[in-house]
Amino acid sequence: MKHELVVIGGGPAGLAAAVSAFESGISDILIIERDKELGGILNQCIHNGFGLHRFKEELTGPEYADRFIKMLSSTNVKVMTDAMVLDVTKNKQIHVASTAGYQIIEAGAIILAMGCRERTRGAIGIPGDRPAGVFTAGSAQRYLNLEGYMCGKRVVILGSGDIGLIMARRMTLEGAKVLACVEVMPYSGGLARNIAQCLNDFDIPLYLSHTVTEIIADNGRISSVTVSKVDEKRAPIPGTEMHFDCDTLLLSVGLIPENELTRGAGIEIDPRTNGAIVYDNMETSVPGIFACGNVVHVHDLVDYVSDESERAGRAAAEFIKSAEADYTSVSLKNGKSVTYTVPQKIRVNSGAKLFDVFFRVNRIFSGSSIVVKAGGSVIAQYKRDHMTPGEMEHIRLPKVLIEKANGCEIEISAEEAEK
Amino acid sequence: MKEMICIVCPKGCRLKVDENNNYNVTGNACPRGAEYGKNETRNPVRVLTTTVKIGGAKYRRCPVRTEHAVPKGSLMEIMQQLNSVCLISPVAIGDIALENAADTGINVIVTKDM
Ligand SMILES: Cc1cc2nc3c(=O)[nH]c(=O)nc-3n(C[C@H](O)[C@H](O)[C@H](O)COP(=O)(O)OP(=O)(O)OC[C@H]3O[C@@H](n4cnc5c(N)ncnc54)[C@H](O)[C@@H]3O)c2cc1C
Ligand code: SF4
Repeated sequence: MKHELVVIGGGPAGLAAAVSAFESGISDILIIERDKELGGILNQCIHNGFGLHRFKEELTGPEYADRFIKMLSSTNVKVMTDAMVLDVTKNKQIHVASTAGYQIIEAGAIILAMGCRERTRGAIGIPGDRPAGVFTAGSAQRYLNLEGYMCGKRVVILGSGDIGLIMARRMTLEGAKVLACVEVMPYSGGLARNIAQCLNDFDIPLYLSHTVTEIIADNGRISSVTVSKVDEKRAPIPGTEMHFDCDTLLLSVGLIPENELTRGAGIEIDPRTNGAIVYDNMETSVPGIFACGNVVHVHDLVDYVSDESERAGRAAAEFIKSAEADYTSVSLKNGKSVTYTVPQKIRVNSGAKLFDVFFRVNRIFSGSSIVVKAGGSVIAQYKRDHMTPGEMEHIRLPKVLIEKANGCEIEISAEEAEK
Repeated sequence: MKEMICIVCPKGCRLKVDENNNYNVTGNACPRGAEYGKNETRNPVRVLTTTVKIGGAKYRRCPVRTEHAVPKGSLMEIMQQLNSVCLISPVAIGDIALENAADTGINVIVTKDM
């Protein structure tokens, strides 16, 4: 079997990419999704707050997904659900296991849109027992919102990422007692609005600069946790221990882009994002293989995922229509207080006039500016009132600025604004 | 002066509301924030999102939400009422799952075709 374009993953990234590739004139498109239905993580994100930029409405996750699923149904894009991609090769062969058996699909171009998965407890190593009752917040969300299972009644949440905050409210509404949300950093990892409406609304205490230092079990199920304050080096401070009797510990300690397939295809990975290194059009180091959405870097707003993915869809369509491309590019580098940039490379002769650059800062800034440098001199500055690591930042670099860099590496950093 | 985070959109502006000056709002990046700041100080409201039972669908729960924001104090009562709602597939986005939730005059609607 052969298709002009194969999209791997049917979440918001895959859906937007497929629709925009179709609108750019590609008609033979296949989406491969391992779940029972399209929509990705949005199906379990039943809360509202999606799509304000794009649809000027506050939609719930399923409603946002539905907009794209309806757009898709007016195209002739083919969809394969219950189908897991096991391997992708450099020469664009896709190995799929599905109810139809094992097959190898050939593609003219591929868009990787596999999203991300949650960091697990193993990855952060808490001392103590290994009992039942410890879940990642996202799995608890799936059990509760799709399958209808409540995973506990007395809950402690480790990590203040958005999924944990959303679950604090969700479990409280369903009758559980959420005792505490514990965050090792001195600031929250989630959106400010989620602290307000998920914790403060229900008087759930948030312990910043604290962590879970022991898990205690009774009869194979978690029965309590010890929480301690940490110092600047994130080491627990003896004597600050608090005990919470609980039957559930939810982990909301971050997401990691899901890139086994990407690595398998020999695509270059950026250790800062754990995702593929991409050009401004979301093309990876393997020509004709594109990536978008959470598989490239973790997004907090789905609108940005859709925008980025449309760019990938258009670029894949262009690649299919004309194999000639000019890869002359300048590199972007994260400077002081910036942890990464996406894209990592901008093609100078791509024809685009504006280039969107996304990144995160590594601490809280108020009254700050984003400084763009090339060859040691400042070429642009952008003012920001407030920046936090929990919220992705975005600047739009005009082509003239890229030309000003004269082939030099462009460095993006964050600084306190001069008074 | 009351300080709060605007929850209308994920931007999360930091608002200051002056109760002594006609609930004047500062710090908002858009007019929706001014409205939120005023209401939040006088009568806080929230959109409730949750799930109800559904039969005959791929999953056992169907996501729903209140059509508009409801008073914060009515959330738990609406949750109680929704415990006895059971939908039968097929349902479509916008179908009413519960009318006049907790006497707020606001309906609870389905948010996914199932
Ligand atoms: C709890 C939570 C709350 C959020 N809240 C908000 C919010 O309020 N507002 C907002 O704007 N954004 C929010 N977001 C962010 C937004 O939902 C995500 O950024 C977005 O869903 C990412 O889209 P994606 O398509 O990249 O990934 P996903 O939605 O994860 O989709 C990836 C898809 O790929 C499939 N897949 C993976 N591997 C394979 C394979 N090998 N073969 C086949 N299929 C595969 C998966 O099954 C999945 O369907 C939230 C996210 C989470 C997790
Ligand atoms: S004031 Fe406007 S931009 Fe700021 S958080 Fe509220 S709705 Fe969003």
